[in-house]
Amino acid sequence: MPVSIANSTVVYDALKAVEVRLISVLPETWLVPTVRLANEDPEMTVVPVAKEEEAVGIAAGAHFAGTKSALLMQNHGLLSSVNGIVSLAMLYKIPLLMLISYRGGLGERDPWQTMGGSKTIPVLQALGIPYDELSDPASVAKQVRDAQSLAESSLAPVALLLTRSLMWEE
Amino acid sequence: MLPKEALRTIYPLVEDKIVVTIMGALPAELYALGHRKSFFYVEHSMGLASSIGLGLALCLPHEKVIVFDGDGSVLMNLGGLTTVASSHPRNLVHIIFDNQSFLSTGGSPTATASGTDLAAIAQAAGYPTAVTVRTLDELREAVTAAVEGDDLACIVAKVEAVAPASFHMDLGLLENRFEFARALRSRVKA
Repeated sequence: MPVSIANSTVVYDALKAVEVRLISVLPETWLVPTVRLANEDPEMTVVPVAKEEEAVGIAAGAHFAGTKSALLMQNHGLLSSVNGIVSLAMLYKIPLLMLISYRGGLGERDPWQTMGGSKTIPVLQALGIPYDELSDPASVAKQVRDAQSLAESSLAPVALLLTRSLMWEE
Repeated sequence: MLPKEALRTIYPLVEDKIVVTIMGALPAELYALGHRKSFFYVEHSMGLASSIGLGLALCLPHEKVIVFDGDGSVLMNLGGLTTVASSHPRNLVHIIFDNQSFLSTGGSPTATASGTDLAAIAQAAGYPTAVTVRTLDELREAVTAAVEGDDLACIVAKVEAVAPASFHMDLGLLENRFEFARALRSRVKA
C-alpha cells in the first residue's frame, strides 16, 4: 500500500504536538497508517464512527469537557457531515479541527472519487470554512498548529486537506 | 406514561448529573421542571445528542452523563448506537423517550409506531443493558439502577405523544452552550 508511512507519522505527530487527545475517525485508505498510530498510542482516545457526522457531536462533547480533539475523514465524510457542521458546530460555536483526505484531486485514478474531489473545496467555501492544503511534510506541524489556533479562537470548524502529494507515494 | 410525569419521576436522579437532551418537547418539560447549568439542550443537530454525550462521557470518565434522546432522533443516527456500544463508556446512560411520533413537528408516526424496537436494536448494537419500560415504577427502577450502576445502559421509555403546554425556554441557545461548558469546567476543578 503506497500510503506514505513517513508522512502519516508527521501528521500524527503534529496532532500530538497540539495536544489532541481524542480522534474520531472513519478510516479510508490514506488514513489507515495515521489511525494505526493513534490506536497504538495509549494517550489517545480513538472513536471509530459509523458515519462521519457523529464525529461532529463527539468533538462538541470533547470540547465541552475541555479535551482537544480532531476529526479524521475522507472528503465524502465531509459531504455527509454537512448538517452536523452547520446545525451543531456552526450554530453552537464549536471548534472543529478536521483533517480530510482530499481524494479525487489531480492524479486520482479511482473514477468513483472524482466527483467528490471536484466538490470538496466548493463546499468548504460555500460553508465559509477556512481551509488549507497539507502537501509539504516540512510545514505540516505549523499548519496543524495554525488550524487549531484558528478553530479555537473563532470557535468554528477549520479544515486541513490531506493531499495526494503528502499521503501517497507513487 | 405522560412524558412530563416520566421526567418528574426521574428528575431527582439526574438533576446533579451532566445531561444532554434533544430538542422539542422533552427539553421544554425538563426545563420547566428546573434548569441546571449542567443541562445542555441540543436545539437542532437531530440525532447527535448521543454523539455529544459519548464525547462527554469519554472525556469525563468520573462523571455520569445522561443523554435524553427521542425515537425520531435515534432513528436518524442508528449507526451512532454502534459507536456508543463499541466505545463502551461505562458512565453513559442513554434514555430514549419513545412517543412513536415526530411530536414537535406535527405528530407524524416514526418507525417505532409500526414495531421497530429500539431497545432490541441497542442490545444488538452491543449495549450491555437495554430495556423498555412502560410504567413510572419501571422507569424509576431502571434509571436508578443505571445511574447507580457502573456500566453503559439504554432505557427506552414508552411515553404518550403529549406535547407540553409551551415549548418556550427562557434560555438563549448560546447562553446555554457557554454556561454548560463553564459549569463543566468548574466541576473538573472541584
